[in-house]
Amino acid sequence: MSKVSITLQNTDDGRQIVDAIVSDNPAAEVSRMPALTKIDCEGRLCLKRETIEERLGRSFDLQELQLSLISLAGNVDEDDDSFTLAWEAGPATKNA
Amino acid sequence: MTIDIKTATIQPRRQTYANVARRLGADRPASRYEESMFDLQATGAFHYRPTWAPEYDLFDASRTAIALEDWHVLRDPRQFYYGTYTIARARMMEATEKAFAYAEKRGRVSGVAEDWMTVLRHYLLPLRHYEWGANMNNCNITDIGFGSTITEATMFATMDRLGIAQVISRIGLLTDGGSGTSLTAAKQDWIEHPDWQGLRHAIEDLLVAPDWFEVFVAQNLVLDGFVYPLAYRAFDEAGQGHGGGAISPLTEFMLDWFDETSRWVDAVIGTAARENEANAGHLSRWTNDWAKRAREAVTPIARAVLGPAADATLDGIAADLAVRGRKLGLAV
Amino acid sequence: MNAMPPLQKQRKLSLKERYAHLTRDLGWETTYQPMDKVFPYVAYEGIKIHDWDAWEDPFRLTMDAYWKYQAEKERKLYAVIESFAQNNGHLNITDARYVNALKLFLTGVSPLEYSAHRGYAHVGRHFVGAGPRIACQMQAIDELRHAQTQIHTMSHYNKFFDGLHDARHMHDRVWYLSVPKSFFEDACTAGPFEFLTAISFSFEYVLTNLLFVPFMSGAAYNGDMATVTFGFSAQSDEARHMTLGLEIIKFMLEQDEGNVPIVQRWIDKWFWRGYRLLSLVSMMMDYMLPKRIMSWAESWEMYFEQAGDALFEDLSRYGIRKPKYHEVAAKEKHRLSHEVWSIFYNYTQAAAFHTWLPSEEEMTWLSAKYPDTFDKYYRPRFKAWSEMAAEGKRFYNQTLPQLCTTCQIPMGFTEPDDPTTICFRSAEYKGERYHFCSDGCKDIFCHEPEKYVQSWLPVHQIYMGNCGGAEVKDVLAWYHLNFGVDNFDYEGSPDQKLWDEWQAQKAANPV
Repeated sequence: MSKVSITLQNTDDGRQIVDAIVSDNPAAEVSRMPALTKIDCEGRLCLKRETIEERLGRSFDLQELQLSLISLAGNVDEDDDSFTLAWEAGPATKNA
Repeated sequence: MTIDIKTATIQPRRQTYANVARRLGADRPASRYEESMFDLQATGAFHYRPTWAPEYDLFDASRTAIALEDWHVLRDPRQFYYGTYTIARARMMEATEKAFAYAEKRGRVSGVAEDWMTVLRHYLLPLRHYEWGANMNNCNITDIGFGSTITEATMFATMDRLGIAQVISRIGLLTDGGSGTSLTAAKQDWIEHPDWQGLRHAIEDLLVAPDWFEVFVAQNLVLDGFVYPLAYRAFDEAGQGHGGGAISPLTEFMLDWFDETSRWVDAVIGTAARENEANAGHLSRWTNDWAKRAREAVTPIARAVLGPAADATLDGIAADLAVRGRKLGLAV
Repeated sequence: MNAMPPLQKQRKLSLKERYAHLTRDLGWETTYQPMDKVFPYVAYEGIKIHDWDAWEDPFRLTMDAYWKYQAEKERKLYAVIESFAQNNGHLNITDARYVNALKLFLTGVSPLEYSAHRGYAHVGRHFVGAGPRIACQMQAIDELRHAQTQIHTMSHYNKFFDGLHDARHMHDRVWYLSVPKSFFEDACTAGPFEFLTAISFSFEYVLTNLLFVPFMSGAAYNGDMATVTFGFSAQSDEARHMTLGLEIIKFMLEQDEGNVPIVQRWIDKWFWRGYRLLSLVSMMMDYMLPKRIMSWAESWEMYFEQAGDALFEDLSRYGIRKPKYHEVAAKEKHRLSHEVWSIFYNYTQAAAFHTWLPSEEEMTWLSAKYPDTFDKYYRPRFKAWSEMAAEGKRFYNQTLPQLCTTCQIPMGFTEPDDPTTICFRSAEYKGERYHFCSDGCKDIFCHEPEKYVQSWLPVHQIYMGNCGGAEVKDVLAWYHLNFGVDNFDYEGSPDQKLWDEWQAQKAANPV
């Protein structure tokens, strides 16, 4: 297995999204740098709309991630409720 | 942190970039449009010939018969750069979203008379493919056109046409309960129905036309000059007596867009025509040839929707287009 | 008018369904013109696609969402740019030396954003499937965004600092800028599939994190809030572009087994092309940021070695291996930035940004980050140059350098296994001898010599009299480079003089 990663801006929304990710993915490792936060996680990382909404206290369309995202590594699978990054036969792989 | 430095000591040493200053004739403050639009494209010292068109430089002014001393005269009166463009479109889309939300919530489209709904699906939904053709034609100009001024604006037009194709698609989904059956039927119409073959034929010919300026004239001035007034004004008006008014707010975007975009199209063509007689000759010929073809292409659908009134409507549209062309200095 | 019908609640479509309806099937099989005339460029590279619909945009962006989110990004960004200008934000940076990194960025990188815009427009027109075509068109307009926001952000710096005044003109002429220019023109003149492998995959997915993430974080660290804002605002698009890069590679590999060796060769080529281009970034990170975040070697480890391991392990199931010569890059990571900075120190008279020797404090940092190489090879060199400068004999290299025919960087890189010997390679083609900085660059040439013999090599062009004249001053005038203002060391430059005046003012007027 290898690590997937997501990097977000240190904005108000960005920080709350980071918190949400960490609470949904206990294995996530967080590195904070000036202006950005990088999260790495073995194999797979899942962002759940519901958790982010709880943190932000408002409804959140996962496409809003576009506003905070800096970088990512891994195959992307997005639907209305979750945004998943995964390596190896992840859901974004057509052969799977 | 605030910094208290006497303003006198932090006077700018120059007002704008040197390439912009050369074009403005002086180093004076320039607009964001000017700074971000002039001279972006390379004009020389190309390293390699394109493997896909080895007879040309990567960017090559000789890909059209139109000749200009300076390609940056083809300015956009809207002064769109990416920021102003997206903000303008987001605003227009906000109004459209409200119209969709209203229609969805109130089930308004079911207020359209059943027979008119059939007509509406037949005339409106296949236009998503027309828009997709227009998207490709403008994308092609962005690819092989010359100079950042015209190609920047055609890039915006490219995305506009995709956006409009998607607005039309959403109207289809609104009428078929989200199943997409109306879109499948519309594609069938576009591909097979005699009412649409003239227009599809014209679009396909443009997809392979070599001169990008001709494509610009044919698509953005002439074909749009027929299709938009016909579909979004004449057909829309014809539907008012059949409950079609419920659809009108959903196509408001297209009317606003057409009015706004025509100013740019006219500025580009008028400027090129004024530069020299040869240009005016090409532009006039293209306009005349394509106007004839466009009218023939839309006649079947116009007759299907408007019946005997179609020819008079098309006469009016052709006359408006001719007036527009003459204002631009074209012999039409 | 009909009677009010019963309310019919519209079923809410999921993101996936909605995208499929709004995007798929927009295109049609043309019949009045043959498909291969409408899409003439999808076959000649040898890539076989059996089902264009198998490609899907994982972000599933439609134009309504695109306009909405992009407009919001632009509103935020321009608010920052506006306030940066109004508050003279340039006074808040750590040191005016930092601005030299921006000079290299505006002249070297921003024009590439524009080239990418046109390149994606080409593919956005010519791919057959609606899904990949729309993703390319969105990237085409995004890249235009990046070029324009960079120009707008730097516009304020241009008002106060030298060397930012004529980026496009310089990009097409100045010797070291032919490195990025030729890189991108190489990609844009290739076929659509190679272009996407080059830019979407090798450059965006594998390499640009190195430029945008640590460097932009560094901009923030150095007080440049305007640059970090455009940088991250651009990166938010970049995440979408990176995904296109990975998707397109997988798409090609899944469509036909015969595509695998073609794609592998492109990955090899474009890894090396991109890596050589990024050597300029290595110098920006290690030498041009007054306050540093991480070294080039650390960034390379984080963003190429670790991230690349995961990526290439994932791709290995298709039979794709790591790019050729990645081990050479690993060997070079402890010397790359030092070798490149030395080249620019040597030729500072012909560069549109200022150079300097690292301070004692900076050398301590470099020693710590490069324990096996810095003190051994580079500190003595800098010490010698510093002594020469102190004696009034600042070292300038007066001979025009020999350039690598492929990457166009002066021959200054060393042998993979010997940091003290310059690496030279050469090859003969049609009776002419061509020179290269590395095996990687030589391989690229030998595979397509007919392409690379066309290279517009700045040094050759100067010798052929195509660059304004024979004297350095003539050539610089032709570059629109202001002699004695834009070039030479930071020490003694007009930039420095002005910066010192502002600092003195600041000290005299404490808040």
